Amino acid sequence: MKYVDEFRDPDKARALLRVIEGLVADIEICRRRPLQIMEVCGGHTHSIFKYGLETLLPEAIEFVHGPGCPVCVLPMGRVDDGLVLAEHPGVIFTTFGDAMRVPGSKKSLLQAKAEGADVRMVYSPLDALGIAKANPGKEVVFFALGFETTMPSTAMTILQAKRERIANFSVFCNHITIIPTIRAILDSPELTLDGFLGPGHVSMVIGTAPYRFICHHYRKPLVVAGFEPLDILQSIWMLLRQLAEGRCEVENQYRRVVADTGNDPALRAVQEVFELREFFEWRGLGSIDHSGVRIRDAYAAFDAERRFSVPNLEIADPKSCQCGEVLKGMIKPRQCKVFGRACTPETPLGALMVSSEGACAAYYNYAGVQLGKARGQRSEPARGRARGMS
Amino acid sequence: MSVDAKPQPQAVRPEGVRRRRGRLRDTRITLSHGGGGKAMRDLIDDVFVGGFDNALLASLDDQARIPLAELAACGDRLAFTTDSYVVDPLFFPGADIGALAVNGTVNDLAVGGARPLFLSCSVILEEGLEVATLRRVVRSMEAAAAAAGVAVVTGDTKVVPRGSADKLFINTAGIGVIRAGLELDPSAVRAGDVILVNGLLGDHGAAVLNARCDLALQSDIASDCQALNGLIDTLLEACPAVRCLRDATRGGAATVLNEFALACGLCLHIEEKALPIREEVKGLCEILGLDPLYLANEGKLVAVVPADGADTALAAMRSHPAGREAVRIGAVRATPPATVVMATFFGGERIVDMLVGEQLPRIC
Repeated sequence: MKYVDEFRDPDKARALLRVIEGLVADIEICRRRPLQIMEVCGGHTHSIFKYGLETLLPEAIEFVHGPGCPVCVLPMGRVDDGLVLAEHPGVIFTTFGDAMRVPGSKKSLLQAKAEGADVRMVYSPLDALGIAKANPGKEVVFFALGFETTMPSTAMTILQAKRERIANFSVFCNHITIIPTIRAILDSPELTLDGFLGPGHVSMVIGTAPYRFICHHYRKPLVVAGFEPLDILQSIWMLLRQLAEGRCEVENQYRRVVADTGNDPALRAVQEVFELREFFEWRGLGSIDHSGVRIRDAYAAFDAERRFSVPNLEIADPKSCQCGEVLKGMIKPRQCKVFGRACTPETPLGALMVSSEGACAAYYNYAGVQLGKARGQRSEPARGRARGMS
Repeated sequence: MSVDAKPQPQAVRPEGVRRRRGRLRDTRITLSHGGGGKAMRDLIDDVFVGGFDNALLASLDDQARIPLAELAACGDRLAFTTDSYVVDPLFFPGADIGALAVNGTVNDLAVGGARPLFLSCSVILEEGLEVATLRRVVRSMEAAAAAAGVAVVTGDTKVVPRGSADKLFINTAGIGVIRAGLELDPSAVRAGDVILVNGLLGDHGAAVLNARCDLALQSDIASDCQALNGLIDTLLEACPAVRCLRDATRGGAATVLNEFALACGLCLHIEEKALPIREEVKGLCEILGLDPLYLANEGKLVAVVPADGADTALAAMRSHPAGREAVRIGAVRATPPATVVMATFFGGERIVDMLVGEQLPRIC
């Protein structure tokens, strides 16, 4: 595939890996303990496993899989609220595909659909608006999820709905914002992170400036990274170079997509339609101040939470779940008590097993090869490494 | 004491008057077409008997009567299978539900080493279906059956009220005969064996996904729907030592490989760079966050053959139109047990596991 395969070139990867191995030897921390790099975004987690990057990189580099999978961190109470909306008579509930399987406290949207709710999968909020236009006698609710990556398309759709005076369309807003959560993780006392791979698609919208506090205040370097394997390797190389040279900056590897200033029209639409919530609940992490957005009063007509009575359920995460510790890099998925036993992709207990972008699901689906473990034995708290490129 | 049975009086058609084949004049299916009366008779006569046109079906008995001798001449065991087809949309680039219903069942027989011979065809029609649509589907079934060398010899028609079914469902059962002595069995797979596929993977799944038209993507991807019995004949003739075959339908090649791995308890090791996948299919999957290895095929099989027969098997497959793009995608290793492992294009390795539910597009 043109413009994709170039970023998956194994020869270039080998060259990069050699340089990375050389750099590791120059970094003082690596002599004491493995370097911990957090990839914030679930898309990165997915790529790291899909391409087997963990098996290629030197042992001195460890990934800590961050909270950047919006489907995973959606709390059960919000899923239950969504289910109440979906089961409302006369409602067509529209959602992105991977939210269909997220378990609420009793069921998922997929199960609600089987029980008769009109739940439809869409590829963009505009598809949902199209369904509203085609079904004037029905109320169409869009289950809005995601970070700044998907926020602009929801905002633009609400603006269009208002312009076109579409009265039967509303949004159940669960958009969240990544910066307060990175700050919350950085404030955690157990933390040993050495640097960040910044989320590429979020940065395409917000630019690179919002990350500066991570360098200035917390003294951690960050490189905004693309999603192809060479993007990730190059970003790691850039991060290591900063560490080796004692620098601490925000750098942008993903220049072909991310402008340092972000995307102004997208930001304006977001600003126009959304405002920060006081706090928002994250599955696995708990409540984080100013980490979610809601629809402004001027667009209240398009806010499903105001249009319908939504119970606003609060449901605690299962006690056995250790997602929070995984998200902070304190333990690896395999070290969680329920990983691969009570918590599997078929019956996910914790946030990180829910979507294919969740760290635990990625571990479960893709990893384990290097351990030489067979099916059913993947819950060993071991860690395999160092399989060179053939 | 025996009583001679008296001949019963019979209503006899006047000499010289033969029952004329019914003609269907309606443009839409109504509940009366399933009512058992003349309307149903006309539908069966005109659309099905006229379409499939063979003596076994034309007798319109409640069963097709197949001489055992005819079956025994083909092998020593009967293969019997059934499959239901509910695809939406009914017609999509490259094929339709009719071709699918014939080829799917033919292939299910053929991958067991059977020569497919006879099919049944049961249809469930939704009230309101256009008769022209049904005719088009039956014509397609007929063409597929002729191409595969099988006959549709018995069938059934039901009509359900509007909303109780989606337009048209088809069930086909099939009978074939397995060649004497042939035992295709994935548990016979050994380390060192070679894994082959007969061509491009994922076309059918991608074509149907695209035809559901909510993506508004333009592409020329067409379903690969085809019968595989001819190809399998050629392959088995050239390489009778084939360990096992399976058609990679729902769940794609990844699912078949996993089924084989579980059956033999070995590692099926494949090379990503060897996988034959069309650029357009890769692109579609890239956009939607899907994995082409899990996309359905309707004319593709995975074959495991002993290493010393691999070149012969591959050459034989390539000599047949249904296997022109056959390639070797990997080999069987001892460890890790019961696992499918893929060497990625990039140089790493990863597990290719069974799919949990259906593949769902990712959010971002």
